[in-house]
Amino acid sequence: MDLSFLAIQALNGLSSASSLFITACGLTLVFGVTRIVNFAHGSLYMIGAYTAATLVPRLLELQFGPLTFWAGILLSALIVGLIGVLIEVLLLRRIYGAPELFQLLATFGIVLVVQDLTILIFGPEDILGPRAPGLRAPVEILGRRFPSYELVLIAAGPVVLGLVWFLLRKTRFGVLVRAATQDREMIAALGINQALLFTGTLFLGAFLAGLGGALQIPRVSAHAGMDLSIIAEAFVVTVVGGMGSVPGAFLAALIIGQLQAFGILIFPKSTLVVVFLLMAVVLAIRPNGFFGRPEVIGGTHAVGIASRKRSVLTPFLWVAVMGALISLPLIGDAYVLKVTTEILIFALFAFSLQLLIGVSGVVSFGHAAFFGLGAYGAALSLKWFALPMEAALPAGLLLAALGALIIGAFVVRLSGIYLAMMTLAAAQIIYAVAFQWVEVTGGDNGIVGVWPSAWASGPVFYYLFTLAVTSIAVFLIMRIIDAPFGYALRAARDSEPRSEAIGLGVRRHRWIAFTISGAAAGLAGGLYAFSRGSVDPTLLGIPTSVDALTMLLIGGIQTITGPLVGAGVLHVLRDLIMPLTSLWRLLLGLSIIAIVLIFPRGIVGSIRAWREDAA
Amino acid sequence: MTKASMTRWLALGLSLALLSPAAQAQQASIKLGELNSYARQAAFTVPYRSGWQMALDEINAKGGVLGRKLEIVSRDDGGTTSDATRVADELVTREGAVLLFGSFLSNVGVAMADYANQKKIVYIAAEPLTDAITMAQGNRYTFRIRPNNSMQVGMLMEQAKASGVKRWAIVAPNYEFGQSAAGAFKRLLKEQIPDAEIVAEQYPALGKIEAGATVSALEQAKPEGIFNVLFGPDLTQFVREGNTRGLFEKKTVLSLLTGEPEWLLPLKDEVPEGWTVTGYPWDEIKDPKHKAFIDAYRAKFNDTPRLGSLLGYMVVYMIRDTIERAGSTDTEALIKAMEDAKFDTVIGPVTMRGLDNQATMGAWVGKLVLKGANGGMTDWSYKDGTSFMPSEAEVKAARKD
Repeated sequence: MDLSFLAIQALNGLSSASSLFITACGLTLVFGVTRIVNFAHGSLYMIGAYTAATLVPRLLELQFGPLTFWAGILLSALIVGLIGVLIEVLLLRRIYGAPELFQLLATFGIVLVVQDLTILIFGPEDILGPRAPGLRAPVEILGRRFPSYELVLIAAGPVVLGLVWFLLRKTRFGVLVRAATQDREMIAALGINQALLFTGTLFLGAFLAGLGGALQIPRVSAHAGMDLSIIAEAFVVTVVGGMGSVPGAFLAALIIGQLQAFGILIFPKSTLVVVFLLMAVVLAIRPNGFFGRPEVIGGTHAVGIASRKRSVLTPFLWVAVMGALISLPLIGDAYVLKVTTEILIFALFAFSLQLLIGVSGVVSFGHAAFFGLGAYGAALSLKWFALPMEAALPAGLLLAALGALIIGAFVVRLSGIYLAMMTLAAAQIIYAVAFQWVEVTGGDNGIVGVWPSAWASGPVFYYLFTLAVTSIAVFLIMRIIDAPFGYALRAARDSEPRSEAIGLGVRRHRWIAFTISGAAAGLAGGLYAFSRGSVDPTLLGIPTSVDALTMLLIGGIQTITGPLVGAGVLHVLRDLIMPLTSLWRLLLGLSIIAIVLIFPRGIVGSIRAWREDAA
Repeated sequence: MTKASMTRWLALGLSLALLSPAAQAQQASIKLGELNSYARQAAFTVPYRSGWQMALDEINAKGGVLGRKLEIVSRDDGGTTSDATRVADELVTREGAVLLFGSFLSNVGVAMADYANQKKIVYIAAEPLTDAITMAQGNRYTFRIRPNNSMQVGMLMEQAKASGVKRWAIVAPNYEFGQSAAGAFKRLLKEQIPDAEIVAEQYPALGKIEAGATVSALEQAKPEGIFNVLFGPDLTQFVREGNTRGLFEKKTVLSLLTGEPEWLLPLKDEVPEGWTVTGYPWDEIKDPKHKAFIDAYRAKFNDTPRLGSLLGYMVVYMIRDTIERAGSTDTEALIKAMEDAKFDTVIGPVTMRGLDNQATMGAWVGKLVLKGANGGMTDWSYKDGTSFMPSEAEVKAARKD
């Protein structure tokens, strides 16, 4: 490899880094002030690209020239900024008091809505924007051609960094933003108009996302998958740099840009995993990223299951529900049984997550890792060792437990959003392994022919089998929650220093809980593999993790039955909406947003709160 | 645990039970189940939907088939294998679809083929191109209309031989379709040009290419020829970076699917002229029957046809012929009516080879050229699929059934 090639590759990395930084910078600012992990940031980026790719050519027709081009880019970013204001005023403002995870869910609803609206407004085809006037020709660098627009992009990153620095350091708005990043309650106490500050920050964040997207149009066609492909990387940048830290984001973007540029030379097939490996390594060494500060103790994560007196009727109700479920095969047809089987499986999956989030206060964004490990464990032992279902399911459970044991060792050292991101990184790395190790896992085609043993085949028997297994597992986890071990976890969740002061081994307790939860998710994954007859890497993907979170949050994070109800509601909702219309994302997103607004504590939690208010 | 939460549970169970479908209301119509990635791969699938809609309207206007109207129940397959099989299950068990057709991504197609085999229902893969669907993962329930990867690569390989290029680079999306096409290219290259070598390979993740870095990495290997499998947004970025950096200058480029209007139109005037591609030169089709379809499509939708439009239109007509010949919608009868059957389609006769359930539909091979503001194909010819199909021995070695 000669020097000129290395230089060009480094420049390629720098230009990617610049684009990534501009977008991630908005994300980190919004997080710093509002503490909202804005999933919809990628959607704003996509809107920016679509707006610019549509708007700029029209403007260029009016008057061709560099000035028009750059004015069009800025105008598009401004439009996106206004959309950010709209989102803040209409939605986010109403849920600042809700648990952080609920805000995440709401922004995920926005992602779904925007996906469908974008196709409705801009059409299904990818839109290739115009090249920048005056920057069409390449420049020669060390005897190789390099696009001159990329050089402009490389410069744009530091320029934005400088401007944001100026804004934060030299203006009153910037002082307030920094103050809010440090202590939100304090600036409220000092009489600062928070509404205005938050709206302003959202505008700035959305503006930067839109700018990031608009600047892409000469290199990337605006297309419908842009939102999700940028958001994962933008998350990594903000986390590696330290949440809320703008210079940190800049440094992280630089490193990631170079890693990607040179990574494809060494691993041409695994560019994605490199990024998450970096995040895992950085978090293992620096638990708060490069320049992040530890989160305030007793932040809003500490919501979850509390103790309460049981009603005398509870056992009877359980019997009634179990009776109804057992007799379902008498009235339901094969499809109803299949759907109910899946609901039971996802209920167990969401419930295992409840043990982490609701009980231990350990927020996992990568719970799919264990669901998928369980499914793959079962499928692989069936395929390679010809084990029957009765042995393959425990094998899957063991693999998931082992995975959770190893990942947990790293995870429990962290806290808050960094912890969540570590679980996400772990899940992504396992996803990459399943995707790349084609000889063993079958790559993205997965493994087919994973069918239950003869006695459990057929919808009725498999349904009853799943019902028995999930009921036992859920019952056991409920016992764990109510056991002294569960109380210790709750104590650690509510106050870590005090729990340690009375002699609880917080990390050890969390580690055990993480392993149990992983094992339960693995059991659910194994059951799911046999119900579907196949496994593939999507089981390990981010959407599966988001599903579990959504079910948990819809049902209610503070209740025991919440995740069970949430699994049912989400699955039925999807099952009802998807067949009706091709706009199912829009409807599902709107339903999620509606649920967040109407049931700010989840369905079960809100209903209980209403009853208690009435009483 | 409170009463309120329990009543929710009960209500849920009850509502589920009540959802069970009553007797299918419309006994009269024949239901076909259709699923595709309408949201994730809209550029191809939306014109495809217009195509099958047009065929459906025409067929029903003439009285349907077997005296019954055709009905297509269409769903979004979500672009993932798990969503697709779930949706397929819903189409079969709840909607009572007599057969399934559709899907876009190759990995989804493979999962659908497996589903068809397990549930013993006919599945017609409209778009997925990986060889696996009719070869290693093939089964008697799964049929494919379009020429598969090996066939299309075979058509391009003729051009590779003619060019005399020995140093090749491959760039392909990193999933089933890209891997399968790259594999086919390497295999055929070894067979047909034994002294050629592969000097660079790049497999960016689908929809996530780092175009600048990929282009320089390819350039660094100094290939004489490039084999491209990228499509959609990845392709657009790759072409733009490649054009700017002069990657394609004085090189022979072979490219799968790039001549299809769905991938060509977004490139606008940056079409890489001179690439040898498979595609669909609809604007230069003179054959009266085919031309009539194109004109009718343009009149009906006020849009130019894509390859997806043609495919959707052909598939539904082939399904109609199959049901008519089978005389019923029974799966075994449908399979019998389809295997080794000749179909008279708008592009001419197409045979469904019974050996591997692969149709002999061909592809248009030509060179890319700029026509006004957009790209098109020139110097093209239609290559019938028959002579590029895998041999009987190859099929028997690969298939398990």
